[in-house]
Amino acid sequence: MSQKIQEDLSHIRSMMERSSRFISLSGLSGIFAGLFALAGSIYAYQLFKNNGIEYFDGKQKLYSYDLIIELVIIACGILVLALGSFIFFTLRKSKKFDLPVWTNTTKKMLLNLAIPLLVGGVFCMALLYHQLFALIAPVTLLFYGLALINAGKYTFSDIRYLGACEIILGCISLFYLGFGLVFWAIGFGILHILYGIIVFKKYK
Amino acid sequence: MGIIDKLNKDFESRVRLGIMSVLMVNDWIDFTEMKSLLNITDGNLASHSSALEKSGYIEVKKEFVGKKPKTSYRVTNLGRAEFVAHLNSLEKLFKSK
Repeated sequence: MSQKIQEDLSHIRSMMERSSRFISLSGLSGIFAGLFALAGSIYAYQLFKNNGIEYFDGKQKLYSYDLIIELVIIACGILVLALGSFIFFTLRKSKKFDLPVWTNTTKKMLLNLAIPLLVGGVFCMALLYHQLFALIAPVTLLFYGLALINAGKYTFSDIRYLGACEIILGCISLFYLGFGLVFWAIGFGILHILYGIIVFKKYK
Repeated sequence: MGIIDKLNKDFESRVRLGIMSVLMVNDWIDFTEMKSLLNITDGNLASHSSALEKSGYIEVKKEFVGKKPKTSYRVTNLGRAEFVAHLNSLEKLFKSK
């Protein structure tokens, strides 16, 4: 009897979890997204060097049009790779634990993630348009952090701490314009890797 | 034996427990999603859900999306109260062991 009750209770708990939270989120996707971001930052730094720009000399820099286009392409490439690894590891985890992927909860999570991200995306395009490049790094970090906190209601709550860290970092970077690459490497690289390792260990 | 008598017989099956658990933390859930969440067959879900509907614990909505029929479920106030009571007695039983 006692064992049946215990099983009943754990069944109830797992059904509530499964149906209300997007739990196919894998820590590995965080680790990979972070690695891609770090690789991209290093590549961008090399690119500056090849164009005769010393990134850390603290001087005001003027970037050529071509260089900016190339940087935008790198950023988009990293985004695609990170999204790709997110989808790959999510599908893998859901298969492993026999969890349905495309549920109401998933849709809600994605919608809540997408709203701040899309607004942030438009904001960044406007910044590009007005040639306010220095503000792009802080703005991406801030909106990404807001998006994570917003989506945190529908998945592991740990993601909200990641969101909070991104927002704090974004706020700091507002006062150190011109070091966007460094803050990007920390925010999208190192923080993702740390988060990925923590989540991977916790929910293995 | 007092507490065991209080356990709601309607919630004895695993499938019904599952349906109620899912509906407690969600709004409307449709048939296909419920089926894949619980990992059961069509017939199994249909019979258990209609039993819960008869007891007045869940509400069933049938509509057409395009040409396909779609059935969705939602917990009623009665169902919510009964399920909470059931959980409480399960918990009590578990603690008294």
